[in-house]
Amino acid sequence: MTHVEPGGSGLENRRPMSPHLQIYRPTLTMIMSISHRITGIALYFGTLLLAWLLIAASASPAAYTAAAACVNSIPGKLILFGFTWALFHHLLGGIRHIIWDTGHGFAYPQREWLAQATLIGGIVLTVGVWGIAYLVS
Amino acid sequence: MATGPAPVTHATSKVRFLGSAKSGTADAWNMRVTSLALVPLSIAFIAIVLSLAGKDYAAARAELGHPVVAIIMLLFILSGIFHMKLGMQSIIDDYVHDAHLKEWSLIANLFFSVCIGLACIFAALKLSLT
Repeated sequence: MTHVEPGGSGLENRRPMSPHLQIYRPTLTMIMSISHRITGIALYFGTLLLAWLLIAASASPAAYTAAAACVNSIPGKLILFGFTWALFHHLLGGIRHIIWDTGHGFAYPQREWLAQATLIGGIVLTVGVWGIAYLVS
Repeated sequence: MATGPAPVTHATSKVRFLGSAKSGTADAWNMRVTSLALVPLSIAFIAIVLSLAGKDYAAARAELGHPVVAIIMLLFILSGIFHMKLGMQSIIDDYVHDAHLKEWSLIANLFFSVCIGLACIFAALKLSLT
């Protein structure tokens, strides 16, 4: 539906529109932006896991043992590993946004460096935390 | 593309609810403030979960019931729920274009966030108060 201002030339509504993502050649900063949203969505539904574990722990020893057994299974560990990575990736991406909010880090080498640090940092921290978890347990 | 919304300058956009809701600045601000709070809180949350690894029920419960741990968990839950509600809201605003579906999605987002938030807070309080 074309919206035309009464008495106008019809050009008022021809504001620039952003084309869909697949038009652009993928860049690292673009992939980091998309993955920030996707990890955000994953963490949103991941709170179900946190609520389930907290309710189980507060309900009874049997409920906690059953929940812990689910988390300690192979699929449970895979989900928890993914949750850990999503949290670290989103956390580092958030720090990147805080840096941008101060007005820094937009220039060419800095923004690439920040994107690489987010990607690599998220993986390193996830593997590191799981390594510590295996050492202490 | 001619399918965009009517320009906000149009006189009837207020009547049709197509103009600004005038609350965007508060949402953007709250998103940033909660993200700032969540930097130390999510690191503390990961440390707490990490320290639970390999612990039995009694030990896990004793740790989660400790006042300092419980307060950190409650702060993490509160700011996390607020942050994720705002995040999902902007995703819905960006991608759901059907007016009715958008309204229902925003309501579902609010219900989900409040339910999860309240469940986590209640469980965390029960762990430390009973």
